[in-house]
Amino acid sequence: MDFFAGSLISGLQLGSIYALIAIGYSIVYGILRLINFAHGDLLMVATYGAWILIARGLSLPFAVIGSVLITVAFGLVIERAAYRPLRDAGEEATLITSLAVSIFLQNLFLMVFTPKNRAFALPGFFSEKLVLGGAGSITITNMSIVIFVVTGGLIAAVSLIIKKTRLGIAMRACAENSTAAKLMGVNLNAVVVFAFVVGSALAAVAGVLYSGQYVSFNPSMGFMIGIKAFAAAVIGGIGSFAGAAAGGVLLGVLEILFACYLPEGAGVYQTAFVFLVLIVVLLFKPNGLFGAAEGRRS
Amino acid sequence: MLCNWKAMCVNRENILALRGLTMKYKSVVAVDNLSFAVEKGSICGLIGTNGAGKSTVVNMISGSSKPTSGEIIFKGARLDKLSPDRIAGLGVARTFQNLRIFGKLSALDNVRIAAQARHSYNFAQMALGTPHYRSQERAITESAQRILHRMGIGHYAEAEAGSLPYGHQRRLEIARCLALEPELLLLDEPAAGMNPNESVSLARDIRRVREETGTTILLIEHDMSVVMSLCEYIYVMDFGILIGEGDPDTIRRDPEVIRAYLGAEREYA
Repeated sequence: MDFFAGSLISGLQLGSIYALIAIGYSIVYGILRLINFAHGDLLMVATYGAWILIARGLSLPFAVIGSVLITVAFGLVIERAAYRPLRDAGEEATLITSLAVSIFLQNLFLMVFTPKNRAFALPGFFSEKLVLGGAGSITITNMSIVIFVVTGGLIAAVSLIIKKTRLGIAMRACAENSTAAKLMGVNLNAVVVFAFVVGSALAAVAGVLYSGQYVSFNPSMGFMIGIKAFAAAVIGGIGSFAGAAAGGVLLGVLEILFACYLPEGAGVYQTAFVFLVLIVVLLFKPNGLFGAAEGRRS
Repeated sequence: MLCNWKAMCVNRENILALRGLTMKYKSVVAVDNLSFAVEKGSICGLIGTNGAGKSTVVNMISGSSKPTSGEIIFKGARLDKLSPDRIAGLGVARTFQNLRIFGKLSALDNVRIAAQARHSYNFAQMALGTPHYRSQERAITESAQRILHRMGIGHYAEAEAGSLPYGHQRRLEIARCLALEPELLLLDEPAAGMNPNESVSLARDIRRVREETGTTILLIEHDMSVVMSLCEYIYVMDFGILIGEGDPDTIRRDPEVIRAYLGAEREYA
């Protein structure tokens, strides 16, 4: 039972990080119908950003803020340089381009930082444990608490922004029908920029949290995490904000439970099982768990 | 109440003019060298059979498709090179033949989106929730509510737009356009799918909108009772060209119009 509680905490922790990344996939897809495969690599950019800033002597909070700004800048440059010129070129063209951008980013960082695995060392405070109960055997690290508080806060904040603010309403309108939204005076470019700012910032925070938790990082770390977060967005129903968040958490929990509970030898195939979940969900709910029944586009 | 329009008539000023407007698709000429003008403050009709090119004309005026050649002049400025959001910003609003309301947003938010286009504040003001931002947001919400009431759907402000009855969704689409405070309102078959009672009441509301706001209306419509009762001037298109124009009585009697559109056998009331 304590083992189960422990795995659940690990799963929620990984799932929260997936959720942050999946939201970025989902809001950009909602507006542009673009599957931005370079999105996962932004968390790698964020990790290197934070790592360099810490090495330069910045304190952790400032390094994180700096890393978010760097990542947002990367996100905006990618949108402006790679995706905007292809806005009307069709979904296949931008999809291929996003893969190219992903490969470009990984190789750029390979060139500059070498493929070496590096360690993202946080102060000892983060690995201190709190005893939750169960005769002292259920514990939670401060890092886990930080992950839960930060992701919970960010998801609540972004969801409020999307529900209430002018840009948020404009964003939902564009997701439903960008042609009509433009005719209502909505500046699509402003909404797209806003989506990339939000998505990149969330990916940056996710990157720092991920590297803080799992310590080791390298230039290709973003790809697999990105693919899994994308799967999470699809399971939740791509384009849906709540779906992305729920799909992320669900996938993270399942991944850890697979790793812990599958019979000896099968546990190492946790990732394969994660994608099996994706296939099963899509078989029964082709639009994902929270997806709209029918998307209209014109 | 029609005096408003008559007073404006004295000026005989055209708010919109099309000159030699042409739209060619690969082998089809959808609109061929079309020229006409819409007088400021009037309710003007554009009618024609299916495929006559009416909607193509609206698409070109609102900027969602670009003409192959020709000019669209709105208040003396060329529209034909501008993007749809710029054109909307200049005061041209449109509805769609097939509804394009934002179904997942509330009716109020549908209208607020358009109302917001006319208010400005920067991102920092929004993020910080400055008094300027708050007061503008309040003004936007109030004006959106007023417009919903004007279109007779004030009670549905918080309802999800996609769940409204069909006729109300059509009204919502017009309400959304009114929030842009347009000088020219393009209505693409607003009575499509409505029963005769609903059409009559919609026509009444459209006339009231013109009287209260003074906005010019270009009405594209199939429902002849709506066109004949509302429009002061009517243009008739057939196969992309203009085949007739005049006031409703002239149109009713124009032999070519009757042959092409109204049917050779009968005359419409």
